[in-house]
Amino acid sequence: MDLRPGSRWKSAVCDTEVVVVRPPKSSIILECGGYQMGPHGEPKPEGKTMAADFADGSQAGKRYADDETGVEVLCTKAGAGTLTIGGRPIGAKEAKKLPASD
Amino acid sequence: MHTALLLDMIADAAPDRLALGRRGEGLTFAEARRRAHHGAAWLEALGGTNVAFVGLNGPALPIAVFAAGMLARPFAPLNYRLPDADLCKLLARTAPSVAIIDDDMVARLGTCEGVTIVSRSAFEAACRVHGDCEAQFLDLDHDIAVLLFTSGTTGEPKAAILRHRNLTSYVISTVDFLGSGDDEAALVSVPPYHIAGISAVLTGVYGGRRIVHLEAFTPESWVDVAAAEAITHAMVVPTMLGRILDVLEARGESLPGLKALSYGGGRMPLPVIERALTLLPHVEFANAYGLTETSSTISILGPDDHRMAIYSDDEAVRRRLGSVGRPLPSLEVEIRAEDGSVLPAGQSGEIYVRGEQVSGEYTHRKIVQDDGWFATNDGGWIDEEGYLFVEGRLDDVIVRGGENISPGEIEDILREHAGVADVAVLGVPDDHWGERVAAVIVSHGDQPAPEDLAAWVKTRLRSTKTPEVWAFRDALPYNDTGKLLRRQLKVEMADAAKGLAAV
Repeated sequence: MDLRPGSRWKSAVCDTEVVVVRPPKSSIILECGGYQMGPHGEPKPEGKTMAADFADGSQAGKRYADDETGVEVLCTKAGAGTLTIGGRPIGAKEAKKLPASD
Repeated sequence: MHTALLLDMIADAAPDRLALGRRGEGLTFAEARRRAHHGAAWLEALGGTNVAFVGLNGPALPIAVFAAGMLARPFAPLNYRLPDADLCKLLARTAPSVAIIDDDMVARLGTCEGVTIVSRSAFEAACRVHGDCEAQFLDLDHDIAVLLFTSGTTGEPKAAILRHRNLTSYVISTVDFLGSGDDEAALVSVPPYHIAGISAVLTGVYGGRRIVHLEAFTPESWVDVAAAEAITHAMVVPTMLGRILDVLEARGESLPGLKALSYGGGRMPLPVIERALTLLPHVEFANAYGLTETSSTISILGPDDHRMAIYSDDEAVRRRLGSVGRPLPSLEVEIRAEDGSVLPAGQSGEIYVRGEQVSGEYTHRKIVQDDGWFATNDGGWIDEEGYLFVEGRLDDVIVRGGENISPGEIEDILREHAGVADVAVLGVPDDHWGERVAAVIVSHGDQPAPEDLAAWVKTRLRSTKTPEVWAFRDALPYNDTGKLLRRQLKVEMADAAKGLAAV
């Protein structure tokens, strides 16, 4: 998976979509709902169903960051699957509330 | 990540929420996306590589911003207040382009080589067609989102480049997605060609906050719309705030619905912000400092900082009301000496900034360093607690007998004098010192004596910082976004310097 900053990916089994904010330090496989995510512009693979262990959901607007691999993605569309790397869930970053300035 | 994705996200998450315009006639996020999509298809057919925009604020602005974003074409909003000849020159620099121009401004521009001119009403009609737009735009690699021409107060306007990644990085690191309540509405009165006018569109959309545009600023219309539209958030430049407060005071209006007011784009006189805090105690104030080249805000003095400063007995805390707060957590700020060394707290030098939102780029010229640091050309210092104080443009520094003197500090002191309504401090040529410090005063009430003003400064700053040349005027020259036209004033003062009273 070429997780370049700005590249967009979608889940094979749910509605989840992400955009890469920070690339991983080395090559990794990003999964959602238990399956590898695919490029945003390509059709979903047929016949896959979500793995029950990876159905905690993703939330639009949340940033998911993994300290171990350095990868950070922004969830652009919510879905039912969990974002993982090698089966390990990626945590959502705490939002820092800043005063409105625009 | 492209700016158009910001609209896409919110239109998926909150399709029916009101996005743009006044209650009753506004557009929802889904409708805004649909129109931008149609607009993009229409613009694509017209050709060119850039999209220029010449016109007043209104819902057509965000639609055009996102339509250009979908097409991955740079969006260039131009200053319609420029004289016709200057505006035509800027428009020519956007070629090959399509230019969306307010109907009543089309005639001003005539024809322009390489520019397809379309009226705003034609663009709006093209966006309004029924049904969904089927056009697909490839994820093109062209990554310039916005071209913003600097105001040109220091010479020929430069075109600053803001890339999609600069702007989206700023938005996603400072705003919570759909973080606004559905009763929130922002009043945007900075013009489309100002960086704050662009960032307001992007952050408003990402946060899910309705955007109400004031076509063009007058303090009366600002107060009228703020009240009628139950505005909760707004951003103003310092000159606007003073005039808004005058109207509120005259009308006995307090805008109970207003929650947050941010200001930036220039130095805020202390007496004005103190008056604002007193008149509008229910409002959260934020002072934002940023530059076009940094995709807007890089440092914020928040509401609690304002309260702490105004109620504190500690001089160091009180003076923070004159600071721009602390840098955003998503970027780094350093103060550097002329030799490039990093200065410790309390020492004044040039403000440097580094972060993904920083573009530091102009067409044909990149001024950001290889390691990502951008020299702002603003002087400043950081206090022990990390609060950033901006002293003003380094170009404005007065060099008197080898000593560097920042006008801002002297102006702040003079503004606190009861007889001073407004002031500009600048250098005038001097055979002996190189430059002498001059002050141009707009009086409040009776004209104060220069001797009294000199004594006022001398007891608070040192004598070398005390203006030696004084002039009195009815008003100071500002551009429409509240920037003092210092260069113009400097030329006039230099011409007149010989004849003026020296103290």
